[in-house]
Amino acid sequence: MSAAEEVVAEGHEAVEAVPKRAMTLGTGTSVVVLLLLLAVPLFAKNFIIFQLTQLLYLGLAVLALNILTGGSGQFSLGQSAFYAIGAYVTAVLMEQFNVNYALCLPIAGVVCFGAGFLFGQPALRLSGVYLALATFALATAMPQLLKLNFLEHWTGGVQGLVVTKPDAPFGLPMSQDMWLYYFTLVVTLAIYLFSVNLLRSRSGRAFMAIRDNEIAASAMGVNVALYKTLAFGVSAGITGVAGGLSAIAVQFVAPDSFTITLAIQLFLGMVVGGVGWLPGSIVGAAFIIFVPNLAEGISKGLSGAVFGVLLFLVIYLVPHGARQVAIIGQQLAGKLRKN
Amino acid sequence: MTAVRFQVAAVSAVVALCTAMSSPALAQKKYDSGASDTEIKIGNIMPYSGPASAYAVIGRTEQAYFDKINAEGGINGRKIKFISYDDAYSPPKTVEQARKLVESDGVLLIFGSLGTSTNGAIRKYMNEKQVPQLFVASGASKWNDPKQYPWTMGWQPSYASEARIYAKYIMKEKPDAKIGVLYQNDDFGKDYLKGLHDGLGAKASMIVLEEAYDTSEPAVDEHVVKLKAAGADVLISITTPKFAAQAIKKAAETNWHPMHIISNVSASVGGVLEPAGLEISQGILSATYAKDGSDPQWNGDEGMKRFYLFLAKFAPKANKLDAGVVFGYGAAQTMVKVLQMCGDDLTRENIMKQAASLKDFEPDTLLPGIKINTAPDNFAPIEQLQMMRFKGKSWELFGDVISSELSH
Repeated sequence: MSAAEEVVAEGHEAVEAVPKRAMTLGTGTSVVVLLLLLAVPLFAKNFIIFQLTQLLYLGLAVLALNILTGGSGQFSLGQSAFYAIGAYVTAVLMEQFNVNYALCLPIAGVVCFGAGFLFGQPALRLSGVYLALATFALATAMPQLLKLNFLEHWTGGVQGLVVTKPDAPFGLPMSQDMWLYYFTLVVTLAIYLFSVNLLRSRSGRAFMAIRDNEIAASAMGVNVALYKTLAFGVSAGITGVAGGLSAIAVQFVAPDSFTITLAIQLFLGMVVGGVGWLPGSIVGAAFIIFVPNLAEGISKGLSGAVFGVLLFLVIYLVPHGARQVAIIGQQLAGKLRKN
Repeated sequence: MTAVRFQVAAVSAVVALCTAMSSPALAQKKYDSGASDTEIKIGNIMPYSGPASAYAVIGRTEQAYFDKINAEGGINGRKIKFISYDDAYSPPKTVEQARKLVESDGVLLIFGSLGTSTNGAIRKYMNEKQVPQLFVASGASKWNDPKQYPWTMGWQPSYASEARIYAKYIMKEKPDAKIGVLYQNDDFGKDYLKGLHDGLGAKASMIVLEEAYDTSEPAVDEHVVKLKAAGADVLISITTPKFAAQAIKKAAETNWHPMHIISNVSASVGGVLEPAGLEISQGILSATYAKDGSDPQWNGDEGMKRFYLFLAKFAPKANKLDAGVVFGYGAAQTMVKVLQMCGDDLTRENIMKQAASLKDFEPDTLLPGIKINTAPDNFAPIEQLQMMRFKGKSWELFGDVISSELSH
């Protein structure tokens, strides 16, 4: 309802099932952002490039949650579990079985898709806060499962696993960090395009119909159970790829890396970026990476409190997150053009 | 004009001469990134937020200690700039902060970072970059691996060292003991267990039963009963505080009175023995290496007098009951000692060389007789502990300081 009203209010032609504007950036903005993402590493230090890589893969994880929550309307506080599975699958394959890192990622994605799809089955019976709680349980259990004795041979137990960073291929004159950044960028872009198209497709419309009104959706012939679990699976699969990228970039996986805090951070990133607005995922990821550093710079002892205040301000001033900021910016630009 | 030019020439000649004359002195001053004539930049990563934030007091004490050194004129005239970041005890964040310290802030070394998996996450990076990762604040024994990781060094006695000391004590005091081991099923417990086996050596058959418990279990009662049934007359409890207290209680309930040794991790009077019951805790054994800041027996001790003076002046809010304060002071003092030994050669290579040649160094807060010794093939600074027995309301040290080295 509200989406349709917005579109009508903005003076567009008849109701479009998925308003493009609401989901993506305009062509001009996209090109500028892409050029920036391509060019910045050429002028930045390795440490900055590493942070940008972090930004990309965390953005990917936030995007995955966005598809689930913004797309199909299901809550999840358990994304860290799928992230952990992806990271561990990648790390174990790379270190114990010497599989090429580029091959590990799709495997991690498929494994996590399976895990997410399976988890989606029982989750079908739950909705709203109960689903959030069930996924929360998954996130809490994961670090302990990773410590299990019979897996220790592969996972390294509590000690974790050290991952070797790949060199740039074909003798390209690039540092490892820069190569990994561009590699991550390509993966992220591919998944971003896939996600945008997914949400615009028949499946995407089904997701959103379920989000808006489950009963109406099923009355229209949407297979609610299938699409709900599918959303879980896709989301988990993308999260798994993000986790795999994180394992390669950080060069280390350990159970302590994937606690419930990570799941909450991802959730926070989604809200700050704007629920349902895919480009906002990167903004959300930037928030969860850089704002804690900023807060620490303001006060070391009270970094948590400063972070809380900043978060509160964001929620209070722009409840729809980066999406709202973008819309305001667009309106301002439109007014300027008219003048 | 010519006169002026001549003057300029003369001045530059004098400058050149001076430079030439002073160059032998200059040649000895060698710096890597982070060190200069006026400053030494030291990086550090602490869990100021998150689940392990109780340990952050270590970082704050270290900061205060470096403030003290700076107030006294610094190290060979150089002020210490201590850059300490928060990683919330999350390994990926540790990697980010370590890279920030090394690549962005350009620190000379990273000192005293806390945690086993957090330090494990950056060990490879630090060794690839050849930046010292000194005096890691973790009890894992893996920091003593100079062959594979020549840029990483621990500080406190490892869990394995402590276990070896218990093995030595038992073999001496109770050579016919039947040992029952209760251990936590993780890196902490396994490190310990390995140390115990190494320490017992050929006598490892003295162990009648090893019972593992997981931290997810609500209680260890069942394991204690099994150990009693196995006929053990020595109980080594390799446990974290909650489980240590449970084991003490259960043993008393079942009227089992073995020689009970608990790990140093759980040797807290307020956190373990009081909740378990002071009466049933009498006679429990453990070992330690640092002085207890709240124990009045150290009031007359020269080292502790300096420590209390430091607290009064530079860290008035610090709680001297907190073992982290004593720890941070001792570690920072060791760091300063190494930097002093480096003199004007503040290269990363020389820092590792000096850190690996500490001889009989005694920080103020370590027990009398415990000395820090390192060598190129020994990256475990503290390897001695002293046994203690719980009596009345406090621990009582007894016997000599015991070295954990196997040959002694």
